[in-house]
Amino acid sequence: MAEVVHVEVGHGEHHDDHHELSFWSKYIFSTDHKIIGFQYLFTGMAMALIGGYFAYVFRMQLAFPGSSIPFWGTLSPAAYNSLVTNHGTIMIFWVAMPVLIAAMGNFLIPLMIGCDDMVFPKINRLSYQIFLLSAIVLLASFFVPGGAFGGAWTSYAPLSAKAQYNSTPFGAPLWLTAVTLEIVAFLLGGINFITTTMNARAKGMKMFDIPMMVWMIVIASILFMCSVGPLVAGAVMLLFDQTLGTAFFDANAGGDPVLWQHLFWFFGHPEVYVVLLPAMGIVAEVTCTFARKKLFSYKLILYSSIGLGILSFFVWAHHQFISGVDPRATYLFTTTTLLISIPVAIMLFAFVATLYGGSIRFTTAMLFALAFTGEFLLGGVTGIWLGSSGTDIYLHDTYFVLAHFHYTFVPIAIIATFAAIYYWFPKMFGRKMNESWGKIHFWGTIIGFNGIFIPLFILGAGGQHRRIYNFQNYPDLAGADMQDMRVFATMSLIVMLVSQIPFLINFIVSIKRGEKAGRNPWKANTLEWVAPSPPPHGNFGPVLPEVYRGPYEFSVDGREKDYWPQNEKP
Amino acid sequence: MAHQIVATGRSRTGIPTGRLAVWWIIGSEIVIFGGLIATYLLNRFNHGPSWSAEAAHTNTFIGAANTFWLLTSSLFVVFAHAASERKDANKTRMWIWLTIMLGGFFMGFKSYEYATEILHGYTIFTSNFWSFYYLATGLHGFHVLCGMVIMAIIAENDIKNERNWHRVENIGLYWHFVDIVWIFLFPLMYIAK
Repeated sequence: MAEVVHVEVGHGEHHDDHHELSFWSKYIFSTDHKIIGFQYLFTGMAMALIGGYFAYVFRMQLAFPGSSIPFWGTLSPAAYNSLVTNHGTIMIFWVAMPVLIAAMGNFLIPLMIGCDDMVFPKINRLSYQIFLLSAIVLLASFFVPGGAFGGAWTSYAPLSAKAQYNSTPFGAPLWLTAVTLEIVAFLLGGINFITTTMNARAKGMKMFDIPMMVWMIVIASILFMCSVGPLVAGAVMLLFDQTLGTAFFDANAGGDPVLWQHLFWFFGHPEVYVVLLPAMGIVAEVTCTFARKKLFSYKLILYSSIGLGILSFFVWAHHQFISGVDPRATYLFTTTTLLISIPVAIMLFAFVATLYGGSIRFTTAMLFALAFTGEFLLGGVTGIWLGSSGTDIYLHDTYFVLAHFHYTFVPIAIIATFAAIYYWFPKMFGRKMNESWGKIHFWGTIIGFNGIFIPLFILGAGGQHRRIYNFQNYPDLAGADMQDMRVFATMSLIVMLVSQIPFLINFIVSIKRGEKAGRNPWKANTLEWVAPSPPPHGNFGPVLPEVYRGPYEFSVDGREKDYWPQNEKP
Repeated sequence: MAHQIVATGRSRTGIPTGRLAVWWIIGSEIVIFGGLIATYLLNRFNHGPSWSAEAAHTNTFIGAANTFWLLTSSLFVVFAHAASERKDANKTRMWIWLTIMLGGFFMGFKSYEYATEILHGYTIFTSNFWSFYYLATGLHGFHVLCGMVIMAIIAENDIKNERNWHRVENIGLYWHFVDIVWIFLFPLMYIAK
């Protein structure tokens, strides 16, 4: 029994917009959640190319110091710092956040919970516009006198607080403004995601019928909202320090530079889980569909993610073990940090258990989802050393930290995102992506990624410090064996970047020429596969779906089909 | 855009969507002010005597008067909500404007207070206490100002359509929150010397 739209609206007759909209109102100033999702997706992909290009330039400098880099030229130390800083900033705030949360959340939440749009479409549009403005402000900071900010993505005071230290009088305030605007955009988007999921679910969709992807985005939005406030206050203080000359973080005038670290990491660590949870959601959806199995322990995963969220507020000082925090406090933060690996491990093992006894189909999306589970596990395990204050004091600020961090963030922001794109592409554009090209892309990405960061683990454990422009200036780090590993890592990066070319070609060509997908190409259960591909304005036509069961009823005994859509009448 | 969004009209929790969103906005604001106030408190504990000496120069009388204006305005916004429940547009508009008036008193007193302090040489650069003072009260004052603007829009525009009357309640929630922030700032900045 499906609900009819005009009954629910209550005010006047429901009518679709049949008149043709102009290009501007259809694609640029649209309030449609799918278009806004695409805007976030394409902006995020463009920023990913910029961030990847930055990585290429500074990795070339580290492998071949002082030489002229193709497509850039000679890299100065100041420009090196700007590129490293903005590579980190862009990849976290302008790639991981918009693609995983905003693009996927906008495109999928209304479709997966069976309604026609977000509850606040205009706020949604405003959120993207602020986000776009923030991206423009960030990129503009490269073209101001003094250049872009180069004080690392963590922006530690006092380096970030005074132009006389960071020598970027305009770059630093612009960087901070851009990050703050980006945060505002995601607060607006997050409120929209949370209220939409709470209030606008399809008839019959109970708490435990909500697809894991939607749960994860909502929990991530709540986490973001609860953690970012102190950083907003801190950003205003830092901006005053930079532009007005106050002394919130200046120890000479009674301020406290460690205060910035507390405010930043109180947000910064939950932020890892803000982007991790949607990635977990993607992997849950993809794994179930391609293993034809019910998600192993739905409720345990859900409760683990909530526990993970709560715990994530009590781990931040593990970034500050050598910043002069009380040694007694380090015991506390070591304990909470090691505890937080438990809910993450529960989720990963639940995905592995889901595979057990399934009939697995190795599509490109599934390969990426499986790769996420394995690679993220490596990232998590190496975190045990860094979470323990004893070993962290040795490894702090080495490439070991950097490699650990990338073993968590690349699976999240790159691998899981590709799983999502290959999986939902048919719904987004009505056509499938090419699987052979997809597999070339997959293997190139995975081999390249491991080739970059396994040598960096070894270099970091050998004492190679981060934030060094030219290792040849340090005799301990200038050995030929270490330099060979740096060259290997840089070559692997080039392999990984070149492997994105088949993806981009595949993406663009498949939009127009891919194999037609139909409504439900993967034979999945969730509501987005009920809508036509691509879904029209209003998503489901005049009649919105109704829900009768959970999202993962695969291979149910006694049924002819091995899937059981949520909206199919019992 | 004549298109009616079904999603906005749905209410699976039983709470209207607008009010739910206001609660979440308040939640995020609590964390922002919470971070600021917690930072201030830690600084007061660490720099006890010097900060107390600075705090002695704030004007407790004006702070108390402003507390009075804000608390009374909170009462008035409740009257506005009650009037909107009775579908009495004129009374609703009157109480909203009285609330705005008290917000105006608050801002007026605040401006006078800032002006005298700056004339006595206590600017945002004087010391970290004064930096926090101007940042916290300034951010709060900005919220008061935003609330006044939104209330004026509701009183003059939204109230014409009975479908938008729930906005009186929503802005009331926000206004109470702004008051509560002041209830924290007043003792911390003006009483604790």
